[in-house]
Amino acid sequence: MRIVFKTSYDADIGLFAHRYQAFWYFLLLAAAVGLPFAIDDFWIGEVALMLIWSIAGMGLMLLVGHAGQPSLGHAAFMAVGAYTNVILQTSLGWPFLVSFPLSGCAAALAGALLALPTARLHGIYLAIATLAVSVLAEDGIVMLAPWTGGVSGIVAPDIKIFGTGFNRYVNAPGFYWLTLGVAVLVALGYRNILRSPLGRSIVAVRDSEISAQAIGVNLAWTKAVSFALSCGVTGLAGALMGHFAGVFNHETFTIFLSITLLMMIVIGGLGSIHGAFLGAIVITFLPLAISIVREFLNESFGVASVMPPGIETAAFGAILIAFILLEPMGIYGRWVKIRTYFELFPFCRRDMFRRQRGYLRTERIR
Amino acid sequence: MSLLELEDVTISFGGLTAVEGASFAVNPGEVFALVGPNGAGKSTIFNLVSRYCTPSGGDIRFDGKSILGCAPHDIPRLGIARTFQNIELFEHATVLQNLLIGRHTHRRSNAISEILHLPGVRAEERRHRLAAEKVIDFLDLQPYRESLILGLPYGVRKVVELGRALAQEPRLLLLDEPASGLSAEETDDVAFWIEDIRKVMGITVLMVEHDMGLVSSVSDRVLALADGKTLVIGTPQEVQTDPAVIEAYIGLGDNGADE
Repeated sequence: MRIVFKTSYDADIGLFAHRYQAFWYFLLLAAAVGLPFAIDDFWIGEVALMLIWSIAGMGLMLLVGHAGQPSLGHAAFMAVGAYTNVILQTSLGWPFLVSFPLSGCAAALAGALLALPTARLHGIYLAIATLAVSVLAEDGIVMLAPWTGGVSGIVAPDIKIFGTGFNRYVNAPGFYWLTLGVAVLVALGYRNILRSPLGRSIVAVRDSEISAQAIGVNLAWTKAVSFALSCGVTGLAGALMGHFAGVFNHETFTIFLSITLLMMIVIGGLGSIHGAFLGAIVITFLPLAISIVREFLNESFGVASVMPPGIETAAFGAILIAFILLEPMGIYGRWVKIRTYFELFPFCRRDMFRRQRGYLRTERIR
Repeated sequence: MSLLELEDVTISFGGLTAVEGASFAVNPGEVFALVGPNGAGKSTIFNLVSRYCTPSGGDIRFDGKSILGCAPHDIPRLGIARTFQNIELFEHATVLQNLLIGRHTHRRSNAISEILHLPGVRAEERRHRLAAEKVIDFLDLQPYRESLILGLPYGVRKVVELGRALAQEPRLLLLDEPASGLSAEETDDVAFWIEDIRKVMGITVLMVEHDMGLVSSVSDRVLALADGKTLVIGTPQEVQTDPAVIEAYIGLGDNGADE
């Protein structure tokens, strides 16, 4: 086990706990940057999709994992980001470098507007309210057909930055590096939020609203900021998703996308940035794994016709149930347990991660 | 001038009048205790001062200004910190993080500078950390600095909650049963801390407490309540020997001895 000897407060404020940790993260970043030289364009595209899912996941994680506000409406904010980005580029002719940040701002604004009426809702009620947003968004896209293209959809133009094209098919590594850059920046910003007073007040609202107020946290404002940040990041992911898909319509951003996002962060591990990435890996590569297995079974035994069409959804559902029953802390929680086991070997106790009994909480005053 | 002043404060929940015409003033630098049987309205007075509920009549003044126009999250900014009877800590955070959250009223940076982690944010973080470390030293919380609240025993949680209130650097500290559920030694510690909070830090303390030993050893004045009504205000000795207080605690004396 490595004992970190802290000699200044900066050791706790810094991004990395110790040099070895920094080394591993930089190694991971270097590997991610060098990935296009190792694998072919198809797989690079899939990894880029994984990164887009992780960006959306980080957005939702801030709201669900850290602010404790469940949302089933994040597909709507992905849609806001995607449509804003494309409409600004095609109708107004603005460059990607301008339209992309603005699409995040538009989604953030939409999120803050949603937070105003829902600030007093909790748990299941908030989930239902946001679910309604998700349903409304689909109809909204169809009704706003003059701008959104409605049912027939809208074509995302190629990304051009200073004359360089970032089409996902023509320049797959370029598109991948672009998403990687956005993902790294979002993760850095997320990490900065968590180590600052803003992040602490967000977590305070999750853990105890009553004592958050007692230390001076403005509940409505903090919830609105969490919604805005969360939806803004999800909007950025939506804009990238639009470029990734090339063509999209109202069916791209259905309620199922919202549920998939929520499922993703639960599987990855609520309350950690890592969880968003781990969940995205599962969401992206599970369908691929299933189709590879299906192909293999088809070639070896000719059983393709036996596989029912809904097998992917069923597999996701089964995995989600398994996680909630066996590992509520998700993949990241399991990883922390494994890491602790080896760090403390052979002194790890079985009940180290068992939750302690919660003491009686103050009943709601209002 | 008194620091906190309640004037004829009344509140009722449905048909139940929880506090009726409560009037008292807490002077700067004193330890003021509220005592009374269960349901006397002690915690309700705390919740009125914290603005979790609004009185149906009367006025509450802090520093001479009425606080009835403030929202609950404005109260800490005035310099009032509180603890809760049933501990209300942020359970998925460490002790240090809980103390740092207590510094929220001293936040000077804004969301954008924090997301970019500008140098000013780091300098401010260091200042908050220094203040939190002072509280850790004062309350001897060093062994628990990095522990999650979830894994801590009840007695330590109680101390951490006191620490979080102290990290706010308040002028008035509301302690809701600081010794409930604590062992005899832990209660002694609390008594010493309250002495130091008053004398060394110069913080005025208003507390609710059932342990009369603690109340008489630390408080200057005591207010006894029963059924929402003020019985008597005085020194701990005066209150303990007051016939009305004895009646409220152990029932009627001579004239009610019909059993």
